Amino acid sequence: MPRRFTPKVVTANALLEGDVVYLTARDAWSRKLSEAEILTDEAHAQLRLVEASRRQDEVVGVYLADMDAGPDGPEPVHFREEFRRTGPSNYAHGKQADL
Amino acid sequence: MYRYTDFDAAFVAERNRQFRAQVERRIDGSLTEDEFKPLRLMNGLYLQLHAYMLRVAIPYGTLNSAQMRQLAYLAERWDKGYGHFTTRQNIQFNWPALRDVPDMLDALAEVGMHAIQTSGNTIRNVTADHFAGAAADEIADPRPVAELLRQSSTDHPEFQFLPRKFKIAVTGAPNDRAVTAAHDLALRIVTRDGEIGYQVLVGGGLGRTPMIGKVIAAFVPQADLLPYVEAVVSVWNLLGRRDNKYKSRIKITVHEHGIDEIRRLVEARFAETRAAFDGTDLALFDEIRAAFAPPALTEAPTEAFDRAYAADPVFRSWADTNLSAHRAPGHAIVQVSLKAHGATPGDATAAQMRVLADIAERFGHDELRISHEQNVILPHIRKADLPEIHAILKPNGLATANIGLISDIIACPGMDYCALATARSIPIAQQIATRFDELKLEHEIGELKIKISGCINACGHHHVGHIGILGLDRAGVENYQITLGGDHTETASLGDRTGPGFSAEEIIPAIERLVEAYLAHRSSPEESFLESYRRLGMAPFKEALYGAADGKNARAA
Repeated sequence: MPRRFTPKVVTANALLEGDVVYLTARDAWSRKLSEAEILTDEAHAQLRLVEASRRQDEVVGVYLADMDAGPDGPEPVHFREEFRRTGPSNYAHGKQADL
Repeated sequence: MYRYTDFDAAFVAERNRQFRAQVERRIDGSLTEDEFKPLRLMNGLYLQLHAYMLRVAIPYGTLNSAQMRQLAYLAERWDKGYGHFTTRQNIQFNWPALRDVPDMLDALAEVGMHAIQTSGNTIRNVTADHFAGAAADEIADPRPVAELLRQSSTDHPEFQFLPRKFKIAVTGAPNDRAVTAAHDLALRIVTRDGEIGYQVLVGGGLGRTPMIGKVIAAFVPQADLLPYVEAVVSVWNLLGRRDNKYKSRIKITVHEHGIDEIRRLVEARFAETRAAFDGTDLALFDEIRAAFAPPALTEAPTEAFDRAYAADPVFRSWADTNLSAHRAPGHAIVQVSLKAHGATPGDATAAQMRVLADIAERFGHDELRISHEQNVILPHIRKADLPEIHAILKPNGLATANIGLISDIIACPGMDYCALATARSIPIAQQIATRFDELKLEHEIGELKIKISGCINACGHHHVGHIGILGLDRAGVENYQITLGGDHTETASLGDRTGPGFSAEEIIPAIERLVEAYLAHRSSPEESFLESYRRLGMAPFKEALYGAADGKNARAA
């Protein structure tokens, strides 16, 4: 039996601001994880990653991040992605303050 | 201190102009990220977890008040109002936008600062004893030779594409405050028959394979120093492994070939490099040394200090903890703690930077230092001025009396900022400091250096902490390993791992149990944690952490 595919989102850092962005279903880059397209099919996820990686004039360091499909959109599986979505824990800077 | 010459200023201006054009070409799409990345790294610009990060060099940790004010200006104008001082005496800005970085670099150049070679596979910022030129135990000021090395290594054509980064530290005192043994190359100023020269160590380093540096030369005279250092870097440049980045540092080269073979190769290479030097470096060294001539310190009465010391217990505690012996009578070296309990280690707000700049200008011969322990030093202060300085520091959150104590923690940025981190460091440091402040125990505990790294690369120097903490990712959960008995001084040693790590919730109580064990077992209040550990070994501390040897403690992960 094939292993169940962990849902993913395409994420990167914006070229100009350097902040975390997520790819939406409409091919835009959003600052909000809740707006990210959740990818549940492995082949589709790879295709979206390849497409996004070509957008070098918009973003840096594109990759697929593991997510749980929650009722309010994708939820990080790993704590690193939780920090990326929120910002640092020592100051209310980054997304927790800006969004 | 050293002032930029016209040559230096023109070089930095040209480099900034190049980088501005590179940023523009990246933004307009003519450079890919693969092409741009090595260029931005050569100029200190990283892309971290939430934003870009600009690392600015503070050569040998020395700043004047104008430079400190300019750092405050950068923090306010292009960042979020603060900067982070690092364990290599640099400052990092955590939130710049790409488009602003060329302007930030131009602003730095106005005060003789830059970010060149603060990253990349080059010779990095040369660090030095933060008490340089002031310490009572000093043989000679280490900064002139650090500056000579900076000038020689900047844009050095042979050393721009090294196997990996290369870090140099210099100390001019037998008491090693610059962690020299943990550097790729270390210079220790020594004397032989009245002549000043350098003991040279190579192959030290922390990271995933920590090593204490080995002596390659017992005494290198001044005339031979630069060609000797070039010979060392040159031998490694050819021999160092480029097939595996984890084996590329000189510590691995020395380990694989042995110090005797490396010494033989360096001496052979030195015969060639030495011949290329015609004495120009020595003339330059004399000029540099003149620029570091010590300030004229006049002895002043210390009654004001003595009165405040007798009358004010808060001042007395600060003076006992944060002052060090100055070579000049009636003077002291002041360490200003950037470790207020619960604050982020090494962070200073723009307002705090300006306060420190003002104090340095008014009372301190315009000199400031950044220590690798992430504090700010005022190296030349008249003792008579200390009550007034303390009164200025206090309302600005800069009068914490904890230098060298358990809350004076080194912590790397960890996963709150760093893209390489495997766990957070800052909140652990904040919680330990807050907890021991609540217990009002830290002065009772005495000297205890806790050093925290958020990944195996060990920017937080955990291997040489009396208590080292290493944050790891264990199956998707932050986990903290403890090492004991590390030492960053002239008696350098690497800490020993206690055993299994602890979760983020368990690590603070675990540190508390360690400290309780120390207090219970120390032979006297004078015996420091490190001395107790060296006398007693691991057993009592292990038992405090994990319970009695035969039982498995449920708290251990």
